[in-house]
Amino acid sequence: MLRVNGVSTYYGNIQALKNISMEVAEGEIITLIGANGAGKTTTLMSISGLVPPRHGEIVFRGKPIQGMAPEKIVVLGISQVPEGRRIFPYLTVAENLDMGAFLRKDKDNIRKDLSYIWDLFPILSKRRHQAGGTLSGGEQQMLAISRALMARPKLLLLDEPSLGLAPLIVRQIFEIIKKINAENNTTIFLVEQNANLALKVAHRGYVMENGAITMSDSASNLLSNEAVKKAYLGL
Amino acid sequence: MPTLSEIKKSFLVSLWFMFLTFPIMVIRVNTTEKLVLWRWENMLYIGIGSFLLSFVWRYLLWRKETGKKDTESGGTEAPPFFQRILSDRRYAIPAFVVGIVFVVIFPFVMNTYQTNIMITALMYVVLGLGLNIVVGLAGLLDLGYVAFYAVGAYTYGLLNHHFGLGFWIVLPMGAFMGAFFGLLLGFPVLRLRGDYLAIVTLGFGEIIRLILENWNEFSFGPSGIAQISRPSLFGIQLSLSNSIVYLYFVMIGMVLFTIFVVNRLQNSRIGRAWIALREDEVACQAMGIDKTRTKLTAFALGATWAGMVGVIFAAKTTFINPASFTFLESAMILAIVVLGGMGSIVGVAIAAMILILLPEYLRAFSEFRMLIFGAIMVLMMVFRPQGIVANVRRSYKFQPDKHP
Repeated sequence: MLRVNGVSTYYGNIQALKNISMEVAEGEIITLIGANGAGKTTTLMSISGLVPPRHGEIVFRGKPIQGMAPEKIVVLGISQVPEGRRIFPYLTVAENLDMGAFLRKDKDNIRKDLSYIWDLFPILSKRRHQAGGTLSGGEQQMLAISRALMARPKLLLLDEPSLGLAPLIVRQIFEIIKKINAENNTTIFLVEQNANLALKVAHRGYVMENGAITMSDSASNLLSNEAVKKAYLGL
Repeated sequence: MPTLSEIKKSFLVSLWFMFLTFPIMVIRVNTTEKLVLWRWENMLYIGIGSFLLSFVWRYLLWRKETGKKDTESGGTEAPPFFQRILSDRRYAIPAFVVGIVFVVIFPFVMNTYQTNIMITALMYVVLGLGLNIVVGLAGLLDLGYVAFYAVGAYTYGLLNHHFGLGFWIVLPMGAFMGAFFGLLLGFPVLRLRGDYLAIVTLGFGEIIRLILENWNEFSFGPSGIAQISRPSLFGIQLSLSNSIVYLYFVMIGMVLFTIFVVNRLQNSRIGRAWIALREDEVACQAMGIDKTRTKLTAFALGATWAGMVGVIFAAKTTFINPASFTFLESAMILAIVVLGGMGSIVGVAIAAMILILLPEYLRAFSEFRMLIFGAIMVLMMVFRPQGIVANVRRSYKFQPDKHP
């Protein structure tokens, strides 16, 4: 579904991604784990077009998308939950979700998706007229995921959904991620620091170090891999 | 509330003021008779005055804080005054009738001077609403808005001078030129935001003014363009007083048109994109909103109104020169937007009226008027930072019974 081929991305003169390649199949949950500054977020930004790559190609459903404008990439069906949630703080929950469906014009389906979101996160439906900025961290993360879902993505890019949340909430959010994947067959690309949890929900995983992919395997193999255990699982 | 510590604080403030003003208020040196006059009674007045002022200040601040707490615990906030009036039919219809009658008879009852300053106030209403698109909705701080106003005015001035084109032909051209220059400014500032954007727009405003001032062959420099024709009514040239009345009604029409369009824009797709852009640029892009186009349309559509009002300004004064388009004008229009409440149409209209009419009517206190004006601005921002009419956005409602 998504093929990243020899991508290098730079911030000015600094090379953040060094010739990385990866593959995501339809219906998978893929996770990308690694330390701070390894280039995980940059990988997502390169895919979603917010930071276009300098070299290499990114092919989504047979169409090269590298260097395309971010809004065109959203139209193709790639939706991103940015790092740090970035919800619209002064818009209500309902308006935030409405923004997620900005590019869509099929009103009936938007309404259907909205009631799906209310079912998925009942707490959001209770808070629908509350300003986004007044939600708790966990609720904001739920809202950010829901907002991305409102674009009906085929591929959902999640950037550190566990950031700054209590373990209990994190587990809840990962359950929902699994559910979204199972119910809608939405392919999920999950970038995480919390390697343990991420590998438990994912089908396959990539390990990233200093801007390069160092390992790729099935999630269960990575979980039992000695090097991964030592470096990322703290065992 | 009036606790001892508050009184003590006010007392200390008054002591401090007595000390500060001691040299100018108490000592007076009479150089001809080589005498020093000690006016101790002035010190007492200052002490009492500053004590009272400080105490009232503290009391109002306290009122404001507790008021906020009340609404928080009460849960529901009462709808703002204007919304309440307008939503109640009993008040709304008489209010509308009175408003319309007032607007229609105003130029016939009042003298030319009054009508003239009302036209100016109405021009600032439109300017405020235009800038409101850029600052209030899209959140782009534009300090060079007056440049587009100048572009409109010079469009009419030059076309009228060289080709004798009439007001009604140039009005849409002024709008177009405003939009064009809006785009011209928009392109270089696409990547900027916040403080940087403010500085670049400030520079842009100054560039336009300096070009008009120094390019003598093009714009006649500081001497400006004189004898610009007033608007004609179906080709008939009106007498001076009639043409002022006519311009007044043109301006009323213009204000209504602006309110209509801005209101429609606010609730449109592009309006939602502006709001998203204001709230969070990265998230806005992640939602698939075209940042470039959204920013450019905000600048262009905002500048359109300034271009049109510029044409009207040239037609009203029949003389324009670069001195009318200084940074102070930009600051004034921005003050209207901020004072009125960002994004609120009614608020901007009221603020424009206050900020333009107040200095005019305060002429009686001529040397104090700017002082009073400034004090009102400061008080306003301390006690009502959200503006005269806080913006109440139309929120999307969904059926509550399905998913309680």
